[in-house]
Amino acid sequence: MLGAARRQLGSGPMLGQVLQRLRPAAATNAARGYSAAAKEMTVRDALNSALDEEMSADPSVFLMGEEVGEYQGAYKITKGLLDKYGPDRVLDTPITEAGFTGIGVGAAYQGLRPVVEFMTFNFSMQAIDHIINSAAKSNYMSAGQISVPIVFRGPNGAAAGVGAQHSQCYAAWYAHVPGLKVLTPYSAEDARGLLKAAIRDPDPVIFLENELLYGESFPVSAEVLDSSFCLPIGKAKIEREGKDVTITAFSKMVGYALQAAEILSKEGISAEVINLRSIRPLDRAAINASVRKTNRLVTVEEGFPQHGVGAEICMSVVEECFEYLDAPVERIAGADVPMPYAANIERMAVPQVDDIVRAAKRACYRAVPMAATA
Amino acid sequence: MAAPSFTAAKFLAPVAARSGGERAPPLPATGAGFARPRRGAQQQQTRLRTALAVSSDVLAGNKAAQAASGQPAVTREEALELYEDMVLGRVFEDMCAQMYYRGKMFGFVHLYNGQEAVSTGFIKLLNQADCVVSTYRDHVHALSKGVPARSVMAELFGKATGCCRGQGGSMHMFSAPHNLLGGFAFIGEGIPVATGAAFAAKYRHEVLKQSSPDGLDVTLAFFGDGTCNNGQFFECLNMAQLWRLPIVFVVENNLWAIGMSHIRATSDPEIYKKGPAFGMPGVHVDGMDVLKVREVAKEAIERARRGEGPTLVECETYRFRGHSLADPDELRKPDEKSHYAARDPITALKKYIIEQNLATEPELKSIEKKIDDVVEEAVEFADASPHPPRSQLLENVFADPKGFGIGPDGKYRCEDPKFTQGTAQV
Repeated sequence: MLGAARRQLGSGPMLGQVLQRLRPAAATNAARGYSAAAKEMTVRDALNSALDEEMSADPSVFLMGEEVGEYQGAYKITKGLLDKYGPDRVLDTPITEAGFTGIGVGAAYQGLRPVVEFMTFNFSMQAIDHIINSAAKSNYMSAGQISVPIVFRGPNGAAAGVGAQHSQCYAAWYAHVPGLKVLTPYSAEDARGLLKAAIRDPDPVIFLENELLYGESFPVSAEVLDSSFCLPIGKAKIEREGKDVTITAFSKMVGYALQAAEILSKEGISAEVINLRSIRPLDRAAINASVRKTNRLVTVEEGFPQHGVGAEICMSVVEECFEYLDAPVERIAGADVPMPYAANIERMAVPQVDDIVRAAKRACYRAVPMAATA
Repeated sequence: MAAPSFTAAKFLAPVAARSGGERAPPLPATGAGFARPRRGAQQQQTRLRTALAVSSDVLAGNKAAQAASGQPAVTREEALELYEDMVLGRVFEDMCAQMYYRGKMFGFVHLYNGQEAVSTGFIKLLNQADCVVSTYRDHVHALSKGVPARSVMAELFGKATGCCRGQGGSMHMFSAPHNLLGGFAFIGEGIPVATGAAFAAKYRHEVLKQSSPDGLDVTLAFFGDGTCNNGQFFECLNMAQLWRLPIVFVVENNLWAIGMSHIRATSDPEIYKKGPAFGMPGVHVDGMDVLKVREVAKEAIERARRGEGPTLVECETYRFRGHSLADPDELRKPDEKSHYAARDPITALKKYIIEQNLATEPELKSIEKKIDDVVEEAVEFADASPHPPRSQLLENVFADPKGFGIGPDGKYRCEDPKFTQGTAQV
């Protein structure tokens, strides 16, 4: 594999990067495709620092949500911000999602830049009328007069043992609506860059975090730590390059996909892992370019399968590069049931690494593992 | 217990001193024992704790006292302005009905005939920077706030010269220069948005230190009786009072929510009483009398401007037409309709103006003629205007001109060097 890489990429800095990526020293780094960097940062700290910096830079940015102030954030994402910016800019709201979401939208109509936290995105359903009808559609209905520079953020998807009403993934729901931008960070770099971009964006942004990722550490470069760092909205990231099969994933599933890619590489299948980062707009160009290269696609998501993100990606590929597909698109999604509570069946209701491995093998028409080829 | 940062105390000192100006004299207590204490800074705390409802009979008593003293409640200029605005609302809505039945207007159209006193009575007291948030019954609110009749008519016809280029329609009137923030189809949807606009006004004053010499910019939220049973209404009464936001909640109680009578839908139909439950004053006023509405509105708006917080004003009013132009309006009794038709606000103001010698009948007739011309011209303008071009379908989904984070030069906004200007000194 290494020989193949050398042939393909030639010499110079590119090769150096590839070699760094495959260095066994930091196994997690290699799996995640990062060059070795001096600092590590948790996703929680990444989000906190992004909020801090954006609030410091622009006085019209303010936070609102349940427990964001004195409690330091239900998941401690907004820790320290109340002390730093005061209660006028970090608002503890009553338990009134519909009301305070609408208030955030009205404030955004008047030029402020609210960051509204939902304790989990399940609770956003109580406010969904405002997200869709008064935020997403307003710029269109007013023909460009009223833009809504608001960010809705919070944990999305399954946690551990929290039951059916706290575990749904809303990526597909919100990505369905024109007028919204939907972002799904995975690493600390994603979290920082995308949240800063979201806050600066003049449109409503749904920022879907993941509770289980908050505590995970990722290496971050000096560029990421700079206060002007931000990532483009609508661009995916190739977390791991490969040539046999493309695996698309977002949020927590990126980690699973990378682990699956490791396992697959030992079996001779080189998987390309795409971290979508942005569900709406979807980086169709990157996905299709990758499929043209590998000719096989596995989509991975945590949410319910029907009308999900994977369905949209599959259709996009059929529309743009159908003749490049050598196998049917494989879709890995959560089980089509409300999330159960018992730990063993909950594990079955969410995609696991071997589900992804099996799907990739099916896409490659390989039922048995093969020896590694150079 | 954490004190909310938006407390009255912050505003009493600087703003109370500014609260000069004309005020209605204190009102006599009614038999029900509701009395309104004298206003005064030292009374603020007690008044806020004992915010009480005032019935419109009390105001009638007040008007009688004024009439007895021989002073009209408004000047000639004000009276003519009110008259013209109400006639504009009425003639415009009648024209909408005509145009609808001729097929020039389509979809859902909800007309405001009969309720003009509420719109005129409140909105004519506002500045340009004050905000109005309305429901689907929003044509007349737009006109009162200053949106030109031709822009509203063109929007209703679905033409590219409409205030929203034909993309909003009857139920979604927006005008940023006039601070008309919609036009919402969902019941109750405008109330949190209005509360947010009021929040922004307060934030601008407190945090951004952008002060206006007049006081805070005020937001008016207009909604109906049916909405007062909706959860968002109560959520916003709570938060507006909690954070002392400069908002007036204006209930246009026309007794009917499509075909659902207010009495059948509401456990306690006296809506104004719901204000004190949240700690704010609740006022009931005769919404068919523009001068009474204006008097209550003046006080509520001044309260908000001074930073004393929200008021709930229930206006008893009536819509002469059905809920929408598609509503057969079979459930309302004829005697109820004729009772309110006899209280037509325009006829009442006309009578008042003539009796008080503020203007003559020919002068009023000329105003009516002028409005007829304005509305006719609006129809001609709308008729002559072009339909939106096909390219307009995909425009304005996002504020970014090309959408998706791409700036006008075609590059990603975050790659533009100026995008990161002013970032944190963290």
